[in-house]
Amino acid sequence: MTSSDTAVDQPTEQVIKKDRVVIRFAGDSGDGMQLTGDRFTSATAAFGNDLSTLPNFPAEIRAPAGTLPGVSSFQLHFANYDILTPGDRPDVLVAMNPAALKANVADLPAGGVLVVNTDEFTKRNLTKVGYAADPLQDDTLTEQYQVHPVAMATLTRGALAGTGLSKKDAERSKNMFALGLLSWMYHRPHEGTERFLREKFARRPDIAEANILAFRAGHAYGETTEAFAVTYEVAPARLDVGTYRQITGNTALSYGIIAAGQLSGLPVFLGSYPITPASDILHELSKHKAFGVTTFQAEDEISGVGSALGAAFGGALGVTTTSGPGVALKSETIGLAVTLELPLLIIDVQRGGPSTGLPTKTEQADLLQAMFGRNGEAPVPIIAPRSPADCFDAALEAVRIAVTYRTPVMLLSDGSLANGSEPWKVPSVDTLTSIDPGFATEPNAPDGTDEFWPYLRDSDTLARPWAVPGTKGLEHRIGGLEKADGRGSISYDPDNHDRMVRLRAAKIDGIRVPDVTVDDPSGDAELLVVGWGSTFGPIGAGARRVRALGREVATAHLRHLNPLPANLGDVLARYRTVVVPEMNLGQLSMLLRARYLVDAKSYTKVSGLPFKAEELQDLFLRLLDGVQP
Amino acid sequence: MTTIDLGLPQLGGLDGVPTAEDTQTAKDFASDQEVRWCPGCGDYAVLAAVRQFLPTLGIKRENTVFVSGIGCSSRFPYYLNTYGMHSIHGRAPAIATGLAVTRPDLSVWVVTGDGDALSIGGNHLIHALRRNVNLKILLFNNRIYGLTKGQYSPTSEVGKVTKSTPLGSVDHPFNPVSLALGAEATFVGRALDSDRAGLTAVLGAAAAHRGTALVEIFQDCPIFNDGAFDVLRKGDEAAERLIHLTHGEPIRFGPAAEDGPGAYAVVQEGFGLRVAKTDEVDPSQVVVHDAGDHELAFALSRLSDQDLTHTVIGIFRDVARTTYDDATRAQVDHERKTRTPNLQGLLNGRDTWTVAG
Repeated sequence: MTSSDTAVDQPTEQVIKKDRVVIRFAGDSGDGMQLTGDRFTSATAAFGNDLSTLPNFPAEIRAPAGTLPGVSSFQLHFANYDILTPGDRPDVLVAMNPAALKANVADLPAGGVLVVNTDEFTKRNLTKVGYAADPLQDDTLTEQYQVHPVAMATLTRGALAGTGLSKKDAERSKNMFALGLLSWMYHRPHEGTERFLREKFARRPDIAEANILAFRAGHAYGETTEAFAVTYEVAPARLDVGTYRQITGNTALSYGIIAAGQLSGLPVFLGSYPITPASDILHELSKHKAFGVTTFQAEDEISGVGSALGAAFGGALGVTTTSGPGVALKSETIGLAVTLELPLLIIDVQRGGPSTGLPTKTEQADLLQAMFGRNGEAPVPIIAPRSPADCFDAALEAVRIAVTYRTPVMLLSDGSLANGSEPWKVPSVDTLTSIDPGFATEPNAPDGTDEFWPYLRDSDTLARPWAVPGTKGLEHRIGGLEKADGRGSISYDPDNHDRMVRLRAAKIDGIRVPDVTVDDPSGDAELLVVGWGSTFGPIGAGARRVRALGREVATAHLRHLNPLPANLGDVLARYRTVVVPEMNLGQLSMLLRARYLVDAKSYTKVSGLPFKAEELQDLFLRLLDGVQP
Repeated sequence: MTTIDLGLPQLGGLDGVPTAEDTQTAKDFASDQEVRWCPGCGDYAVLAAVRQFLPTLGIKRENTVFVSGIGCSSRFPYYLNTYGMHSIHGRAPAIATGLAVTRPDLSVWVVTGDGDALSIGGNHLIHALRRNVNLKILLFNNRIYGLTKGQYSPTSEVGKVTKSTPLGSVDHPFNPVSLALGAEATFVGRALDSDRAGLTAVLGAAAAHRGTALVEIFQDCPIFNDGAFDVLRKGDEAAERLIHLTHGEPIRFGPAAEDGPGAYAVVQEGFGLRVAKTDEVDPSQVVVHDAGDHELAFALSRLSDQDLTHTVIGIFRDVARTTYDDATRAQVDHERKTRTPNLQGLLNGRDTWTVAG
């Protein structure tokens, strides 16, 4: 980043050009850090930078004020080129109180910019988080960082004097003061933020104006105070030609579901029970009834999936959304859907486990649950998006498979994808491929009678016909008991059961998924890194760093976890070393080892946070140097 | 937020379900599957009654769906030539809810048992009842687990000796009618498996009701709880126990009295009801049944005790309340009429930027 830092001649201030910047806003849960981060992100997106974000907040809505558990942060990485991760470490840390400072300052590299709201540095607040002395009053911080102490609450209060707001209400806008200051420092456009505030507080124009005043005051403070001699410019990124917007993973999943309903002509039915971090999909879909979307907030997780399966029986696109604990409750119904062979989309936005675990943190530890977490042989296709924007395509792909093959499909997102955001090149709706539900309309008995055989399979896909109630002549009964191959009536015949178990497995194994592509620029790499889900970004960023050092590393990313791409075995066999970094204790590597008898090494982390590019760079270099992870 | 006035008209339970073109018979509703309940099982009588009853509704057979859970009674859908799903234990109301919400052109029936509905599926049952989804729930109550071979159920009486309670059950049972009323059900009825006319009458009223209808059917399990309801079936003893409800009629039962039917009457006492000899009370004290009176329905449900001394049958409650599925569809229809869905517009959102070549 320092290589292209060049000073530009400016009369009033020094402007430094940068390729990329990572900013972290940190404060108390009640300080509005997520909103502040969101607004900076929107302004950055509108400016045309590539970006990636990582919100990080506690599960408690309002943990005790000023404490370490109550710290909420939002990290944003933006650049003039295409980036892959939210950034390892911040270049700039905005700390709204001592707790935020204490919880985050260790991540700030030496020389980093530290903006601190001094008003919260009272003896009481310092003691609360274990500071014996005020770190702003000695050299501990100034020795390492460029420290900017700013009395944000006082300045905000001053800016809002005359609005008639109480002292307490006025101080609540201090996050907008911080946003204004950072917006000045990084030349962010501010029209969008002011418009946003007017819309958000449309019913309280006084609050809207107060926030706008605070935002402008922050901007003016940067401009007029000599303390900030430098601003930074990050030029827009050179992205592919097209129309872009910023999008989070949960929104992209919601839009993917709506689009799948439109492309298939099926009404969408979402049965869901609120659970972090998946609830936003329920919220989003409930807004879009005009697209024929019905949302049902069920009494529990089981009813969420049960109602979706009932809707699927009736010819709707049945969807249920949840996180790991919810999948555990839904397992029996998913097994029923496997044997009923009805289309169903199950979205698992993974979070830290086991049990309630870390509701607001990310993890990838539900892969084996998705793969095997049902009684009996109950195979389910699994798809995992790799980035927030990719959630849209992953949802479409999952529905395509569910409808084509008449099967429940598991989509594994995770907390970092759900809440993280990035620019999305919005597809033209005309380019999206339609999905044919292909409902059965006629009797199909092979003997030419007018009977309907609900388990007579398509010879190509092995899918059974989807005949919905209301279709005359196709009345039939299906259920959880084993069914006779073809005719579908109850069967306890041993050979039939053996055949049906194998047919269900063969149907899923036979789902056509694209070959995995390998990113191996020179073609000479001996180390292959295999990833899935949200590790795509850090693995790619780590590999770039290794290649920038003149070393060779290949990467392959799996979108389809079941079935695996047909060429994967050959790909794995081509490399001397295969490593699988995962946010679990080695679930994909276990599957790859079992399936391909390959010595796939496992590198794991379950801290609730994504891998850093730096740690994966180190891992790859160690492996290239023959050091075992 | 403002709520949308949905302006929903009062509908019947079968409005929106297409009517049959031809006359249908019980035979049309029988599937080709061999019925496999134990000899003497009460389920046979209910199946026969339902097969006779369904054609009288005059709706298309292909628009009729039976969804069941797990248990002996939950095999029911296999024996009807309609659409059907034999699902998993306790979940039928949840599955049927998704179906009923998305398909107003279907008549959706749930078949369940005392274990299926009241034990493992209790949560789905009470929430279906309070939501008032247009479903008809037939709860076959034999007060025993049959398919798992004879454990006590949530309706078994205290002290019942079963395979899992060799010293007698210490578990206090549910009264399914009280439970349903407490869960805000808009229709609650009760019938006896062997009483074809009474059962058919309650089923007819349930079908006509728009919303969730719960019909408890006392049903005999000849293998594990034989004769559980015999005292309600035979002769004078049964007449002294069974209290038939007719909306708008004084509640009298038992052998004929001098002034007409019913030597016994139900009269009010405090906040509850008691049984009295008709000739010992003033006629004005005799309670007149009102299926719209929630408190009366609950008090009547409490007359029925574990030992079946007095057993009220018929329709306890039948009131109109907007159904969950009608209200949900009305919101979707309203949005479809007032907003033009524009997928490209949705995907673009309000803040796009363009990267030019």
